[in-house]
Amino acid sequence: MSIVVGILFAIGTYLILSKTLLRIILGVSIFGHGVNLLLLSMGGLKKGGPPLLGLKESSFTDPLPQALLLTAIVINFATTALFLVLSYRAYKVLGTDDLEELRSYEDE
Amino acid sequence: MSWFFLILMLPFFFALLVPPLHKIITPKVHTGWFVLWVPLIIFIELLLNIPTISAGKRILHHLPWIPTYDINLTMSIDGLSLVFGLLISGIGFLVVLYSIYYLSKHKEALHNFYVYLLLFMGAMLGVVFSDNIFSLYVFWEVTSISSFLLIAYWFQRDRSRYGALKSLLITVFGGLAMLAGFILLSIITNTHSISSMISQGGAISSHSLFMPAMVLILLGAFTKSAQFPFSIWLPDAMEAPTPVSAYLHSATMVKAGIYLVARLTPIFGGTSLWFWLVTGIGLITLLYGSFNAVRQTDLKALLAYSTISQLGLIMSLLGLGSAALYYDAGAEKTLYALAIFAAIFHLFNHSTFKGCLFMVVGIIDHETGTRDIRRLGGLMHVMPISFTLALIGSLSMAGLPPFNGFLSKELFFAATVNASGMNFFNMENLGILIPLVAWIASVFTFVYCLIMVFKTFTGSPKYVKSSREIREAPIGMLISPIVLGALVVIIFFIPNTFVHYLLGPAWAAVLPSFAQEGILNVHVSPWHGFTPELLMTIGVVLVGLLLYKTFKKWRGIYRLYPQFLTLNNLYDRSLDGMESISSSITKKYMTGSLRHYLIYIFGFILLLLGGTMTLGKGVVFDSSLDGPTNIYEIALLFAMIISALAVLFSRSRLASIIALGTLGYLVVFFFVLFRAPDLALTQLVVETITTVLFLLCFYHLPKLKKEDQPISFKLTNGVISLGVGVVMTIVALAANGSKFFDSISYFYEDAYELAGAKNIVNAILVDFRGFDTMLEILVLTMAGLGVFTLIKLRMTGGKEDEGV
Repeated sequence: MSIVVGILFAIGTYLILSKTLLRIILGVSIFGHGVNLLLLSMGGLKKGGPPLLGLKESSFTDPLPQALLLTAIVINFATTALFLVLSYRAYKVLGTDDLEELRSYEDE
Repeated sequence: MSWFFLILMLPFFFALLVPPLHKIITPKVHTGWFVLWVPLIIFIELLLNIPTISAGKRILHHLPWIPTYDINLTMSIDGLSLVFGLLISGIGFLVVLYSIYYLSKHKEALHNFYVYLLLFMGAMLGVVFSDNIFSLYVFWEVTSISSFLLIAYWFQRDRSRYGALKSLLITVFGGLAMLAGFILLSIITNTHSISSMISQGGAISSHSLFMPAMVLILLGAFTKSAQFPFSIWLPDAMEAPTPVSAYLHSATMVKAGIYLVARLTPIFGGTSLWFWLVTGIGLITLLYGSFNAVRQTDLKALLAYSTISQLGLIMSLLGLGSAALYYDAGAEKTLYALAIFAAIFHLFNHSTFKGCLFMVVGIIDHETGTRDIRRLGGLMHVMPISFTLALIGSLSMAGLPPFNGFLSKELFFAATVNASGMNFFNMENLGILIPLVAWIASVFTFVYCLIMVFKTFTGSPKYVKSSREIREAPIGMLISPIVLGALVVIIFFIPNTFVHYLLGPAWAAVLPSFAQEGILNVHVSPWHGFTPELLMTIGVVLVGLLLYKTFKKWRGIYRLYPQFLTLNNLYDRSLDGMESISSSITKKYMTGSLRHYLIYIFGFILLLLGGTMTLGKGVVFDSSLDGPTNIYEIALLFAMIISALAVLFSRSRLASIIALGTLGYLVVFFFVLFRAPDLALTQLVVETITTVLFLLCFYHLPKLKKEDQPISFKLTNGVISLGVGVVMTIVALAANGSKFFDSISYFYEDAYELAGAKNIVNAILVDFRGFDTMLEILVLTMAGLGVFTLIKLRMTGGKEDEGV
């Protein structure tokens, strides 16, 4: 599990460091998955039932990370969407999606 | 809140009033007429305190400021602060009066000028009356800032800005050092009050922080009082209007360092380091200043160097006097204590004659339009009053009777001669140097005094004819220097009145323990018989006259010293160097490329996280906490890895987007496996929408280019990504393996009772952490708005959106 998290992070980083906007967005998404899984695994894996009261299991997994993750997933989605539209817009206006070419000014 | 505070804060209140007032009355009345009353009121108030103070009492006024940190506005009026206060307000009054005639009400930005001047006046009074070291520090820095503003008053001039910056850099550097010293001192003594520090006496001198504190505080005092090698800012500060030079840069602000040294003498005095630093630096400054003053051709620069040398003289006297604290009893003790008296006396005299001289130079500048000695001459007949005043001031500075400078100069010579007889602090071998240096410096002082008066006022008129006729200054401009010049003479004839009411108490304030023993008695008289000091004065006059006559022959020695080794050059070059080095370093890493910044971020994550984990012992691998794994899970994991790699390596956009979608759905599976049904449902929905969004957008996005980057580019990325991956793996493993705390989630087990919900996750989201969720919705709304705006913008954006 942890190794998968590591691999996701590695791939995400590699994609973020590339020059194409789309790849960067993909990288951020993968990063998000990695973070989610990391957070979830920090809460302890596979102990007890789902955190629903009234089920038969006497114990359940830690609900707090799950609640955090739920927020994280939704926000991740929001930022991805925004980023995507932004890059689309940037491409339309500037005609490139290469980061190096997007730099037009030496000093702001 | 006592009356005294209101009086002291008057300059600050008035500084607020000046700008609106200026707007109303200009150009009918000169703004200075309104400002004039401020120093006058303060002066009178302080005069009223003289009877109490000269009776040996001390007045304390207390006003809490930041009581939590024991930082309060405690104002203590004793002899020393009273002398300074009178100087500040008295000369302040004269300077404002002078400035009314000096600065034109039509041309100058008077409101700025008087705001800065009042700011300075208030701050300077704050410095000398503060008993709390931190309020003293605050006022101290305000004087630096107002001095900066006043030097840059004619900010259109390049030299003004240069001089202002220089003075600010040097004095604030010293101020910061002083702050550090103050903090050390407060750690040693466990108090913020100067008077209680003094009462702790010599007990603190054995503390290990004692020496650093002393050196740091002296750094502050030396920079402020333009001691060598920090003296370079004072000549450049002469770009300020002459009233400012007369006020800040000769009479008051530069004496702040002297004040501090005098004030702290009971704490630090009596140690050999203090003695050598204060005396040694003072003597070097004295010699350096007087030697350099001789070659100046600008009258104000000459006065600046002479101020430096006189400050050095006072400083060295304070150093010599501190030796008195070395003795327990005996005649020597009184003898050396006399040096402190000489310092205060000379300080007072210096303010009178130097203020007078500055004002005269201002008059010359004002009337002729130049301060260059080479272009001046023969002014004696046109400006008889100015000539008289200049003569009085210069001869007093040169140490001739019948002027007050003679009295204090004699005391100075006496102190140096006494010092040569000291038999401690390694004085046996070096003792003879002190009177020698003092004597040589005095010869140069004599020479530049002669140059100043006679090159300017006698000889043939060399000055360039200006359009208007050169004549004596208006009477209003002459009042102030006349008052000061009169004081110079009056003090000579009745010195003991001043000693009794002003200088004596100040002396007692510097050496409180001596005052209690009642051994501080002095009677100043011009004639003591043929003492060594009189012979020294006669020698100064003879040799000085000789050097003045032969000046043309030996002035070549000034050219011997290489230009690039001067302190100014050093300052300029180090400033330039620092600027270019820091900008080149900044340019090197602030490339403007997002990728580089990301590399820095990831690099630091690697360094910090990886570093902490290898160095610290936080990493514990413990597989016992892991649950059992079965074949499906392993298959899932492999599927995830493959799909992630597919995102990485696929050539087409469609493939990578679909691979990303696959990855997302696989994560959903995991959520199910990990007993997180809510997460699974959410992820499912979100992933679907995301994929759809990607597919919508990808039509418009360009094709993925083959990453034809150089191998080094890929390698860097690869190394960093691998590093991040490894570190995160370790983090994940460690997080799994170690449990430092119990989960705090037990609280939510009561969800049903508390929130009426059986689903704990939901209860947390909408109930326990409701605010978080609300903010999350806010984020979503903002993102939605952003998306909407960006798309909308395309619709209405105009011409640049072709191809849609």
